[in-house]
Amino acid sequence: MEDSRRNFLKMAGIAALGAGASPVLNAFAAGGGPAATPKTMKGKDILWAKQWGLVIDTRKLTTAEDLKPLIDACHKTHNVPFIDPAIVGHNRHEIKWLWQTGYANAFPDLEARYTHEEVETRPFLVLCNHCENPPCVRACPTKATFKRPDGIVAMDFHRCIGCRFCMAACPFGARSFNYRDPRPFLAETNLAFPTRTKGVVEKCNFCVERLADGLLPACVEASNGALVFGDLEDPASEIREVLRTNYTIRRKVALGTGPAVYYIV
Amino acid sequence: MNDKGKIIAGVIIFIALVTFPFWYSMGKAAPKPEPVLTPQALEAKACVRDKVWINANHMQLLNEWRDAVVRDGERVYVNLEGKEFNMSLSNTCLDCHSNKAEFCDRCHNYAAVSPYCWDCHIDNPKETK
Amino acid sequence: MLEYAIKGSKAYCAWMTALLGLIGLGFGVWLWQFNFGLGITGLSRDVSWGFYIAQLTYMVGVAAGGVMVVLPYYLHDYKAFGRITILGEFLAIAALIVCLLSVVVDLGQPMRILNVWLHPTPNSVLFWDTIVLNGYLFLNLVIGWNVLQAERNGTHYPGWVKPLIYLSIPWAISIHTVTAFLYCGLPGRGFWLTAILAPRFLASAFAAGPALLILLCLLIRKVSNFDPGREQIQALAKIVTYAIIINLFFFLCEIFVAFYSQIPEHTTHIKYLFVGLHGHGVLVPWMWASMILMATAAIMLVIPAIRHNEGVLAVACAMLFVGAWIDKGLGLISAGFVPNPLHEVNEYVPTLPELAITLGVYAIGALVLTVLFKMAIGIKEEVRA
Repeated sequence: MEDSRRNFLKMAGIAALGAGASPVLNAFAAGGGPAATPKTMKGKDILWAKQWGLVIDTRKLTTAEDLKPLIDACHKTHNVPFIDPAIVGHNRHEIKWLWQTGYANAFPDLEARYTHEEVETRPFLVLCNHCENPPCVRACPTKATFKRPDGIVAMDFHRCIGCRFCMAACPFGARSFNYRDPRPFLAETNLAFPTRTKGVVEKCNFCVERLADGLLPACVEASNGALVFGDLEDPASEIREVLRTNYTIRRKVALGTGPAVYYIV
Repeated sequence: MNDKGKIIAGVIIFIALVTFPFWYSMGKAAPKPEPVLTPQALEAKACVRDKVWINANHMQLLNEWRDAVVRDGERVYVNLEGKEFNMSLSNTCLDCHSNKAEFCDRCHNYAAVSPYCWDCHIDNPKETK
Repeated sequence: MLEYAIKGSKAYCAWMTALLGLIGLGFGVWLWQFNFGLGITGLSRDVSWGFYIAQLTYMVGVAAGGVMVVLPYYLHDYKAFGRITILGEFLAIAALIVCLLSVVVDLGQPMRILNVWLHPTPNSVLFWDTIVLNGYLFLNLVIGWNVLQAERNGTHYPGWVKPLIYLSIPWAISIHTVTAFLYCGLPGRGFWLTAILAPRFLASAFAAGPALLILLCLLIRKVSNFDPGREQIQALAKIVTYAIIINLFFFLCEIFVAFYSQIPEHTTHIKYLFVGLHGHGVLVPWMWASMILMATAAIMLVIPAIRHNEGVLAVACAMLFVGAWIDKGLGLISAGFVPNPLHEVNEYVPTLPELAITLGVYAIGALVLTVLFKMAIGIKEEVRA
């Protein structure tokens, strides 16, 4: 049964620990050339990290018009529907991955009574923080939400049962639920990316599908340098250089989730 | 107790009801489905694996692909011949089989299965364009 | 033993038919929800849990409350409760069925429910909740059935049941503790982020569960030849009295911590419930009604002369049951989500379809309860005749 090779290797690995059967395992792992069994692997172009992170330079994104191309790029790339309140009569079924809010909403614990006039009216981009210690991953009863080795808090829409425990667990309001079939609300469809079905939760995926092809996230690409994306664990990365040379803040750090999205105010 | 008649009648009615679908469909077997291959598929000659194997195992293969892509971040499949494929239902499978109605649906309808793949995966890149 | 539930008076048949009608209605609406999605409810991006999960929370309490007759009988050898332990156990079964169905109707993808066990995730409290709820259901089924069968045959229940009975006592505590942990372990939801949530849940459970049992006992006395007994009802009333006072005390502890510390994360939700926030306050009259009902019931129960009058006791129990239901079944869940993590206020009100589905779920619980109680009472009548 060559197709259960993955499972077989897992089992063999466990057996090897107990029975010292490592020669058997080596025999399987040996060989190169034309694959004796089919295998799966990462693509050559993939961008990989230990903990992806994002810096948003809010000084360069000062108006709603500045943010719109980024939000549109995200939502178009991922087939995020616009469920128009004018059509459905309410805003309860709203779905958003990347959106704008006010400073006091993004940073309620850093609200100041008297503050910089311009910052008070500046729109802030908010999205999933891909936390280092994500409470949504802890809450999910099926591992439909999980943390990838590159730090991205990813979702397996095939496995999600729609219990919405993750939405209660997220302190950033980053998650949306498909209260209805989203397809009728897509103005245009990106054929290269799936839509969602009713009954599952969704959120920003840090563009895993683009990273796999060696591309930066859609919002970063559309940002004209206002957004910097990179590996937080790599001291030589551009993002670390930006963090070394600028004072940044993160949302609700007191909760200990370790957000990977930083803001230059 | 003299309910013999009632019991036997009941058993007969029960058997008749349970086996009704068989009587009803007798002699009306649907013809074997003939999935249509697109010119592109014909030209490629082979799928990612041989045809018989794919017939029997494509659902398991897709499940493995799904987990590899979504959960392990691995998107490349290397088949027995060492050829590489992007593991994507919409972008690889349906790129070749761009005729879902004549290819996928015919067999699925015959076998009375309705996979929920298409709730999310866009079913026909070529035609919806 | 189920044969006892098949025959009954005209009123019994009418009651069961009515329940079946409600179940059918609820099921029909649920099919609509299954087809359309949870969008037919009042839930939203901000308030993502509502009426369904609230019913889970409340009925877990009713289920756990059953242990208040089991514990005194088996651990303290309080003989009087021997007559009614079976009622407590069967009430727990029906309540648990309501709980489990409330979770099922709340799922966006109910067909995938087995994923919880196909991909077991010990770090998820919801995973543990499914285990403790199903486990407690199983325990009560096995115990209740065997004990009742033994009573019918005039024998002692088999020896292996005893350890299960002892196990069921801490297990009852666990179901409500784990259910509280669903909420109180979440960062950024200040309303629930309190270590007293599980104890508070237990206190309200031990008030509401036995209060319902008192009402059921009084009803049973009226409609059958089996008398659960005055002493039993009075003992339950004392338990209810202590529990409701502790529940109110815990609530006041919460109020003190929130409003003396004046930490907005903790006060805003309570303000939303009792005075409204930014002009939104749909729950305000409900919450005050809840507090008045519970406090009045507590005062009534604490006065022996009132408590001893079974007619007034019934009124107090009904007030308490409704008050606790508003507190847990309406306020507790949605207030945790209002205001949202970005301090915006979006309110939640359940819709009619949502209420119809919930009613159907409760009707299933009532049907199960009726069947089980009919069986138990039939056997008790027979044994005593």
